[in-house]
Amino acid sequence: MSPVFYLVSAMTVAGALAAVLLKPLVHCALAVTVAFAGLAFLFLSLDAQFAGFAQILVYIGAVAILIVFAILLTKGSELPRDGVFSRSWLAGVVISAAVFAALGWAILRSAWTLPHETAVPAVTVHDIGVALVDRYVLPLEIVALLLTAATIGAVIVAMHEKEGVK
Amino acid sequence: MIDKMDQIFVLLQHWLVAFLPLSLQPVASVLLAVVAIVCVFPGLFALTTVFERKGLARIQNRIGPNRVGPFGLFQPVADGIKSLTKEDIVPSSANAPVHFLAPIVLVVAVFMGFAVLPMGRNMVLVDMDAGLLFYFAMGASTEVSVFMAGWSSRNKYSLLGAMRAVAQMISYEVVLLLSSVSVVMIAGSLSLTKIVAAQSGYTGYFPHWYIFTPWGLVGFIMYAIAATAETNRSPFDLPEGESELVAGYHTEYSGFKFALFFLGEYLAMFSISGLGTTLFLGGWSAPFSFFTFIPSWFWFFAKLMMSIFVFIWMRGTLPRLRQDQLMNFAWKFVLPLTLLNLMVTALWRFMGEGWARWGVCSAILIAAYILMGRVGMYKEHFGPRRYRYAE
Amino acid sequence: MTPLASYLLVAALVFAIGLAGALVRRNAILVLIGIELMLNAANLNFIAFWRYGPHPEALTGMMFAIFSIAVAAAEAAVGLGLVISIYRHAQTTDLDKMNRMKG
Repeated sequence: MSPVFYLVSAMTVAGALAAVLLKPLVHCALAVTVAFAGLAFLFLSLDAQFAGFAQILVYIGAVAILIVFAILLTKGSELPRDGVFSRSWLAGVVISAAVFAALGWAILRSAWTLPHETAVPAVTVHDIGVALVDRYVLPLEIVALLLTAATIGAVIVAMHEKEGVK
Repeated sequence: MIDKMDQIFVLLQHWLVAFLPLSLQPVASVLLAVVAIVCVFPGLFALTTVFERKGLARIQNRIGPNRVGPFGLFQPVADGIKSLTKEDIVPSSANAPVHFLAPIVLVVAVFMGFAVLPMGRNMVLVDMDAGLLFYFAMGASTEVSVFMAGWSSRNKYSLLGAMRAVAQMISYEVVLLLSSVSVVMIAGSLSLTKIVAAQSGYTGYFPHWYIFTPWGLVGFIMYAIAATAETNRSPFDLPEGESELVAGYHTEYSGFKFALFFLGEYLAMFSISGLGTTLFLGGWSAPFSFFTFIPSWFWFFAKLMMSIFVFIWMRGTLPRLRQDQLMNFAWKFVLPLTLLNLMVTALWRFMGEGWARWGVCSAILIAAYILMGRVGMYKEHFGPRRYRYAE
Repeated sequence: MTPLASYLLVAALVFAIGLAGALVRRNAILVLIGIELMLNAANLNFIAFWRYGPHPEALTGMMFAIFSIAVAAAEAAVGLGLVISIYRHAQTTDLDKMNRMKG
């Protein structure tokens, strides 16, 4: 595998680890932004340009900003008194280690059956557009409805309630 | 001869690269183009700083810098020496790594945007299939650096400025994207070279630029408003308003880091003007068919500098908008008009050639503008202005 | 190891880290960050299989990933709205303290 892949994977995994281990919340948010960027580079190395740029635009440009705003609005800049790790942290670590072990075993067991280098798929944005309105038009419309519902719902959930109305 | 002048930079690149062995040639040609971009645009930035100061000065009935060099043209050299030799002050309670990285992330993200702009015939660094999407992805990354700068300074005013700037950038990003989508709809591709190619025809003397269509004009105006807001320029520069928030999110930066922020802001201005030129003003194509003997790169940079001139003009002329006025304007006026513009573009596309579509589209857009302008301001009173003087 | 296996391992690792973050941290926002990491890892899985799978021209993997990005953004928005609303009510985002159904 190329050194670029190792570098980008290292950046992604380091960002993800920093995001769950660091104590100050804003540092976690910035570390997860680095992880998102690393994942976008991994998409680009898999010749999925549209998905990679959409990942940067949506995740780094919107979701990371959203997380940061939420941290600031809930006074996350101050370190909590009781520590940052929950009381049952050991169970969480054991469970995720078990999940990784299971997935890793499945991948390595079947590694010899997986295909090697295949030709680069000649996929243009035009093909994606055609697929979106041809074969995937129903998911497209449903996602549009979902996004509308999510936007309205998020505004209603986070809105200040009117005084006296319960 | 005309062709040679037009392609002079491409020919220069090929000639220089031919000195190297064949295996190194692709890397070398890309590196040469990158070096050219990194040299040309900051050089243009230096020139623009002195133009801006002189332009603003003349609008405000004063002269501007005129001591360093003829007509003050060497002022950027003095500014550069000043910002490089100033002491780099980092507040002791600031978050040092994030404080250090913020201007770097900004400048890197802004420079990446230049990679997809077609600056002349055959003069684009990377001809990507999803070029427009790449450009907007890089633009979205600048918001993170603004937040990093504001938060890491541990300063109330910086954080406030950063929050305002990010909120403004997100709101106007939607407008920017939607106004570009109407261009993509007509051109049929996200690739910027194809969009320029779709605008390069002439009927008689007049060019086929998208700004000369009803939906293109409205789209361009919305794009220009959104571009001014994205780059935090007046009249949308409350986040960095010198009289309100000291300097907003870059209050605690001095010396070279402040120069990097300044560079990042101006380069973002160039980059977004370049994209606006590509989308609406025909990119590198000449305005009239008898001007095609002038090289394509000259037209691109001329249009770019015209846009910068309009930016400077707006800064000197219009008063600053308050944050809530700015956000109201974005969500309640510009965004609905842009959505309507998208539908009118679709109508234009499917109505077929002829005068009918010009009339129908123009009528719909003008009616919508008047309606939304009036409905949104029904609380205001329109009458003769009354002045109160200090008696 | 084939390239596909390496990408799948990276995706599995990021998924496990995201799962650990969602289970181990006290702050509600960090749980959401963990969930976003898990969704991203699954997207990487989809794209890797799309690239190295039998029919990349059918675009199934890419479409799934794109829709997943859109849905994840919507879910992050609603989730963070909920966190802000809970903070307004309970004055804390500490999940260990929210162990009662009584408001």
